[in-house]
Amino acid sequence: MTGRVLLTAAMLFLLAFLASPDSFAWLFQPVTRNNAPAIYSQTSLLSLTLSHLVLVGLAVAASTLVALVLAVLVTRPAGREFLPLARTVTSVGQTFPPVAVLALAVPIMGFGAGPTLVALFLYGLLPVFENTLAGLTGQPPNVAEAARGMGLTPWQRLWQVDLPLALPVILTGMRLTAVISLGTATIGSTVAARTLGEVIIAGLLSSNTAFVLQGGMVVGIIAVLIHEGFQMLERSAARRVGLTR
Amino acid sequence: MTARLDRPGLLFALIGLAGLVLPLVQFKPNRIVPGEGIALAGALPAGWPLTAALAAILLAGCLHWRAGLRLALALAAVVAVLLSLGAAATHLTPPDNTLARVAPATGFWLLLLAFALMLADGLARLRPSLILRWMLLGGALALVAALLASGALEGVSVMREYTVRRDSFLREAQAHLLLAFGSLGLALAVGLPLGVGIHQTPTLRRPILSVLNVLQTIPSLALFGIMIPIFGWIAATVPGAAQAGVSGIGVFPALVALFLYSLLPVVSNTLTGLSGVSPATQEAATGLGLTRAQVLGQVLVPLALPVMLAAVRIVLVQNIGLAVIAGLIGGGGFGTFVFQGLNQTAMDLVLLGALPTIALALVAGIAMDLLVEAASRRPKGDRP
Repeated sequence: MTGRVLLTAAMLFLLAFLASPDSFAWLFQPVTRNNAPAIYSQTSLLSLTLSHLVLVGLAVAASTLVALVLAVLVTRPAGREFLPLARTVTSVGQTFPPVAVLALAVPIMGFGAGPTLVALFLYGLLPVFENTLAGLTGQPPNVAEAARGMGLTPWQRLWQVDLPLALPVILTGMRLTAVISLGTATIGSTVAARTLGEVIIAGLLSSNTAFVLQGGMVVGIIAVLIHEGFQMLERSAARRVGLTR
Repeated sequence: MTARLDRPGLLFALIGLAGLVLPLVQFKPNRIVPGEGIALAGALPAGWPLTAALAAILLAGCLHWRAGLRLALALAAVVAVLLSLGAAATHLTPPDNTLARVAPATGFWLLLLAFALMLADGLARLRPSLILRWMLLGGALALVAALLASGALEGVSVMREYTVRRDSFLREAQAHLLLAFGSLGLALAVGLPLGVGIHQTPTLRRPILSVLNVLQTIPSLALFGIMIPIFGWIAATVPGAAQAGVSGIGVFPALVALFLYSLLPVVSNTLTGLSGVSPATQEAATGLGLTRAQVLGQVLVPLALPVMLAAVRIVLVQNIGLAVIAGLIGGGGFGTFVFQGLNQTAMDLVLLGALPTIALALVAGIAMDLLVEAASRRPKGDRP
C-alpha cells in the first residue's frame, strides 16, 4: 500500500516537474556553483523526455515483435533445428555490452537517433526472446496433452494455450528490455540522439551537478514507474491464467 | 551425409554469401574520411580462389555432415577470414604511406558472423563435456593471441591505432580490469554479508532490496555523474582523503558507481541461494549438533554456491560493459578510446575501445558459465 502511494507521489512530482521545471529551481540551486543555471533550458525537458520515451518505446515494440515471432518460429516443428543455435546466440549476445553495441552501430548508421535505435533494438531482442522461449518450452507436458485431447489445432493451441500461459514470463522479458533501454538511451546522446542524456552530458561537460541530477532523476523515476507498471501487468496476467504469483 | 538440406546451414550460407559480395574492407586515404569498399575477390591477389573456397564451405554447410567436421571447417574459415583481412590490409596499403587506412567493412563482419554462427551451431550440436569446453575456450584464446602476436593483422586500421598508442592501451586495459574486478570485489565484500544478514533477519529484506532495486534503475550515466561532486566534496573536506588519491575525477567515482550497481545481484542471489536450501537439510545439520555459524558456513553456503557464482557472472559481465562509461567521466578504461573516437569521428579508435571490451565480456561470461556449471554439478557427485 505504501508502495502505491509512493509511486503515485513520484509520478505526480515528475509530471509537475516536467510541466514547469523552473518552479523547482530551488531544489537544484544548492548544488550549482558560480551562479550557473539550476535548470537545463537549452531544450525543453518535456520534449527531451518525450523523444526519449518515443525512442525507447519504438525500440521495445520492435524488439518484442521480432523476438516473439522468432521464438514462436524456433519452437515450431519446422524451426526446431534452430533451437540449440538460438539458445547459444541469446546467451552469448547478452554478454555484449550495450555501450559497445551502440558505438559499433555508429559507423554503419552515422550519428543521430539511428544507431541508438538499432542498438536498443538489438539489445532488447534478447531478454524477450529468452523469456518467450522459456515460457513456450517450459510448460508441463500435461498441458500439451490436454490441448491435443480437446482437439485444438497447433495454431489454436499456440494462440489459446501456449501464448497466454507464457504471457507473464514474456512481460518479464519486456520489463528487462524496457528498463535497460531507458538507461542505455541516455548514452545515445553521445552520438547526438535527442534523449535526456543530453541534459546529463551538458552537466558533465560544464561541471554543473544540477543538470546531472535532474536528468538522472527524470530517467530514474520513469524507470521505476515502468518497472512497477510491468510488474503489475505480470501479476494480472499470471492471475488470469490461474498461476498465483 | 544425406541429401536433406540443413536449415541453419542455409541461413549461414545466405549471411556468408552476402558477406562475400559486400565490401570486405574500406580503403581510406586517411583515418577520418569515408573510404571506398573493396570485396574479398578484389582485395587480394588470391582473392578469387579464396572467395570460391569460402563459398564452397558455406554451401557444404547446407548439407548434413558430422558435427565435428563442420566445426573444423568453420574454424578454418574463421581463421581464413581474419588472415585475409590482414593480408588485404598489407596488400592495399601503398608502401611508405602512413596515412592510408584499411578498415574492416560490412562484408568482413558478415563473414565473421556467418562462420561464428556455424561454429556455435556445431558446438551446440556436439554437446562437448565440461572439460572439453574449458580446453576449447583456452584454445580459442591461444589462437587469438597467436594471430595478434604473429603480426598478420598489423596493417589493419584498428591495429595501426593500437601500434600508435600501445602504452596508453595497456594503461587503459589495466584501468578497465581494475574497475570491473575491483567493483566486483567490493560488491562481494559488502553484498555477501548483507545477503546472509537479510536471510537471518527477514524483516530487513524488503527495505534493503527496494533500495538496491531503485539504485539499479538510475541510468548509469547519471550515477557516474553524481559520484563526481560527491567525491570532489569528500576530497575537499575529509582530511587525508585527497592525499590518499581520492578526487572528483578519476577512478574512484567510477569504481563506486559500479560497486553500487553490483550490490543488487549479489545480495538478491545470496538470499535466493540460501533460501533455496531445503529446511530438512538445515534441520538435519542442526540435529547433528552444528552451531548456527557452522550450519551457515558448512551447509548453507556450499549449497548456495552455484546461485552465488551466477551473481558473480552477472556482475562481472555487466561491469565490464558499464566500465566503458567511465571513459566519459575521466575514469579511464577502454571507454576512453570509444568516446575519443566518437568525438573525432575516428571509427578505428572506437573499435580499439569496443572490441577488447566485447572480447573481455565474452570470455568472462563463458568462463563464469562453465564455473557455475561445475559448481552446480559437484554436490550430486554424478559426473556424466
